[in-house]
Amino acid sequence: MLAVVLLTYTIIGGLLMEVPRLAILNETIRAMYFHVPMWFGMILLLVVSVTYSVKYLGSGKIQHDTIAVEFAYAGILFGVLGILTGMVWAKFTWGAYWSSDPKQNAAAIGLLIYFAYIVLRNSLEDEQQKARISAVYNIFAFAALIPLLFILPRLTDSLHPGNGGNPGFNAYDLDSNLRMVFYPAIIGWTLLGVWFASLRIRIRAIKLRLEELEY
Amino acid sequence: MKKGLLQEVQVLLKKELLLEWRQRYAFNGMLLYVGSSIVVCYMSFGVRSGALQPITWNALFWIIMLFTAVNAVAKSFMQEREGRQLYLYTLASPQGIILAKILYNILLMVLLTSIGLLFYAIVLGNPLEDISLFALSILLAAFSFSTTFTLISGIAAKAGNSSVLMAILGFPVIIPTLLMVIRMAKNAIDGLDWSASQDEIVTLLAINAIIVVVSFMLFPYLWRS
Repeated sequence: MLAVVLLTYTIIGGLLMEVPRLAILNETIRAMYFHVPMWFGMILLLVVSVTYSVKYLGSGKIQHDTIAVEFAYAGILFGVLGILTGMVWAKFTWGAYWSSDPKQNAAAIGLLIYFAYIVLRNSLEDEQQKARISAVYNIFAFAALIPLLFILPRLTDSLHPGNGGNPGFNAYDLDSNLRMVFYPAIIGWTLLGVWFASLRIRIRAIKLRLEELEY
Repeated sequence: MKKGLLQEVQVLLKKELLLEWRQRYAFNGMLLYVGSSIVVCYMSFGVRSGALQPITWNALFWIIMLFTAVNAVAKSFMQEREGRQLYLYTLASPQGIILAKILYNILLMVLLTSIGLLFYAIVLGNPLEDISLFALSILLAAFSFSTTFTLISGIAAKAGNSSVLMAILGFPVIIPTLLMVIRMAKNAIDGLDWSASQDEIVTLLAINAIIVVVSFMLFPYLWRS
């Protein structure tokens, strides 16, 4: 419910309110309300996913595995949306959908890792084994993803806002007007992801219950 | 406990080496794999020795090495039969096994990459300016390949020995390290000062440290199933 309110506010506020004029970015700074929260949402959802993978390895409860998987799915959805919104933005700002920017590449690799996670899950038959092995890979992949997302892009020059002298996401460029929409946007999108995931978790739980009732 | 683990790793490493020595055909097979991929690249580029751009030379070399690594490391869990794994399971601790496998794979990769480089340089020319830096990047690459792929091969082996799975699970995870290695190797080719590669070296070591620790902690769960 809160998600709906916040997102409505984001969309209306994000499209209509005054934004600061910054070099290069201009009006496209509004992408910040949609594109940037996708990544925040993705990271948060994936963190939840990994946490539950760790919990699963500790406890062996199948519910934990379900939560981990569904949050990973929601994270992937946000990742895909993040890449798509980023590409639209890049088309108008950089002139091409894909310009081999380090950040774009890193995002693509990150998605490849999580697609591999899905394939791995589907290739295993036994429920317990599936849960355990994919939990192992989930944690491993996340550990490999951290340097990818946070260290590598900082070592190379990127055209992405916030790098190489471009205005972007830092304390000086964000004015209070922007923030009034930006923070609710992050919370709103993330809550939406959590809602997706929890719906699917509940569906799974019901299915499991029904299967049990049949026997 | 710590001393016990070290001893265990030693014994297991010896066992791996002995096994490799007895099945020399596997190692020879890998060597031939490197050799024939180099010949294929050489022929398909259709160039005379030394005619390749350094940047292509570099990328090509590491791609060949990547595929070699996937195949070489993939067999670390796949070549052993169920029964023997079960036997090993009763004898050794999982931590010991994963460390021994990683160490063994590092040795294997260093050997394969060095021989590969030798052959590659003969066939496709040698633009290297700074051999010692390149040697360091080979060492770090061997380190990264084996740390990453050892656990992945364990996962792939559990999921029905699929080499496709090995590739799709491994490649995205290795890309960041591979890029670092390639950049470092490029510095070596251009003969830049070592300080120019400092960032890469530190990052590679850090990534490897993370991966070793994670493998060390995760492998027991994988092994148990």
